[in-house]
Amino acid sequence: MSPPIYDWDAGEYLTSEEERMIDELEAMLRPPALPMAPYPPKSVLLASGEVMVVRQASVDEVDDMLRWIQPLSWLDRDFYNIVSARLFAELLGWKTHRVRDEYCLVGVIDGALAGIVNGRLFDAKHGISYHTLTLKRGLRIGSHLFASKMEHHIEYLGQDEVWIVAESPIGHRRWMIEYPLDKKFEIQHELGGAPSWVLTRDTYFRAKSRLVTGTRPVPAELLARSFPLREPDLRTMLVQVEDTLEARI
Amino acid sequence: MRDVAIVGVGSTQFGRAQWSLLKMMCEASHDAIVDAGIGERKIDAVYVANMGAPRNNRQAGLASALVDRLNLFPTAAAEVIENGPASGASAIKHGLHSVASGLCDLVLVCGGERMQEVNNFEATEFVSFLSHRYAEYVYGVTLPSLAGMFTRLYMDRHGVRPEHLAMVAIKNHANGALNPKAHLRIPVTMEGILTGPEALNNNPWVAEPLRFFDCCPVSDGASAVLLAPAALAKEFKKTPVLIAGVGQATDTHAVHERPDPTELTAVRLAAEKAFAMAKLTPKDIQVAELHDAFTILEIAESEEAGFFKKGEGHKALERGETRIGGRLPINPSGGLKSRGHPVGNTGVSQVVELTLQLRGEAGDYQVPNQPKHGFAVNFGGFGNNVVATVLKRGV
Repeated sequence: MSPPIYDWDAGEYLTSEEERMIDELEAMLRPPALPMAPYPPKSVLLASGEVMVVRQASVDEVDDMLRWIQPLSWLDRDFYNIVSARLFAELLGWKTHRVRDEYCLVGVIDGALAGIVNGRLFDAKHGISYHTLTLKRGLRIGSHLFASKMEHHIEYLGQDEVWIVAESPIGHRRWMIEYPLDKKFEIQHELGGAPSWVLTRDTYFRAKSRLVTGTRPVPAELLARSFPLREPDLRTMLVQVEDTLEARI
Repeated sequence: MRDVAIVGVGSTQFGRAQWSLLKMMCEASHDAIVDAGIGERKIDAVYVANMGAPRNNRQAGLASALVDRLNLFPTAAAEVIENGPASGASAIKHGLHSVASGLCDLVLVCGGERMQEVNNFEATEFVSFLSHRYAEYVYGVTLPSLAGMFTRLYMDRHGVRPEHLAMVAIKNHANGALNPKAHLRIPVTMEGILTGPEALNNNPWVAEPLRFFDCCPVSDGASAVLLAPAALAKEFKKTPVLIAGVGQATDTHAVHERPDPTELTAVRLAAEKAFAMAKLTPKDIQVAELHDAFTILEIAESEEAGFFKKGEGHKALERGETRIGGRLPINPSGGLKSRGHPVGNTGVSQVVELTLQLRGEAGDYQVPNQPKHGFAVNFGGFGNNVVATVLKRGV
């Protein structure tokens, strides 16, 4: 294959007709994007005394995350299978520009991935919560990450509502009951299944003092330790949920 | 009456079981039988401690089922003992009577509970069945709410502060983290659960002043002990542990009918009986497993059992006397708080843990200086039916 030719007048590499057609087709396949404010990182002190950094993930980190969560799609406990399989598809869709206006936040403890949450913008004022996956149990990491996701939608993306469904009893307790969320059954959530529940700005600010925590800014050294992502300790987590996927990892 | 010794112990992992209740109980029983090395001897009787199997697991007649599964025919007795959360120690007491009376020589006592077969709401509801039906239950009383009211009064009367409750949780989680069979092997810190900026989220209210980390988890688990006459105990593999004393006492069903609801009279009376039978005093005890379903109960029971004066338990805790390595280690296994609380099983698992301590086989959570005497409180209802046990290394 011959090297590409640089067009000094245009200031870019010359592309073939075929390559241009592929680019145009790709542009049509990619959804348009709304501008999204970044999520400012924060630190959360856990019950164990460990500090979790919650920060925005980048698409460059998706491949690692996919590799680590893929084995959980066989874990038939607490709906880890469906949540991780769907999250896998959503993250892949984000990386390959096949899902519109998606974002992903991660919880990181000393570099190790402890949890993932994601969602997307339905439009400028309405958000859709996708999934919350906890990779270290017993420390309310899922609760902290879900709260961070709501914080992102309401406070940083400036939305009025977030539409939410739960796929597990734990999720139902954490979101619908603990906040509590309101029913919005006239909306069919795009994850399918159950009709939507909704977190409004009012719900969020009423729950904020109880459920939304974290310290900003994150000290530079602590934030730096959250890059690059390290593999989560899935063996410990699997013992916690009483399964052994060791052969599959 | 013959002296009775524990000659074998076994236990499953606590937490959420992958297996059926019966299979868990088989595993614990099998481990106890192997631990003892019974050879060709026959087990004469089986007592099973359980509280909720007919409701939660659609399984009644557990003792018959266990005998069948382990092929122990024909035992002289096979019975389920249901005494709420004190079922475990009650079953051991029945086993003790069978051997002490000469009716049986070798008795298997197995406790088992599989609570996570139902969701947490149902589990809380099922445990609240032991409250007074017309004075408590119909008003929505649950065990956490009773414990919350008890804690508030106790704090007012005796100067116990939220920090003391957190200290119990921190100590028992640290101990449980060393116990490979514990349900919650998660060390927690004061900053993380009480004083830090995220504490309210990490450790939310359950029944004020009790928070999440003040309450035991909903656990699955099974434990078993094998009892034999002390005179025969040396024929088995392991160092025998004598059941030196057992005491049981009751109190009013409804907590508010007690003259002073902060007095756990049944704990005091059961402990006094157990110590009298053992011809020992609280000062002779080097390790204890107390029924810390809620953190306040460890403090209150440590006083009622006679280890500390009334109102002094939290001060001893503050001084570190109840840690592993302290003057009287309490709940080195992690207790109900961290090891877990499969309700009907708990009394058996307390005795299993004490036996391991007295044999010097508790591994990373072994109490130092070769303890000779151990003590357990198994607390039924909200203190309306309590069984205390004193164990002694050797026969």
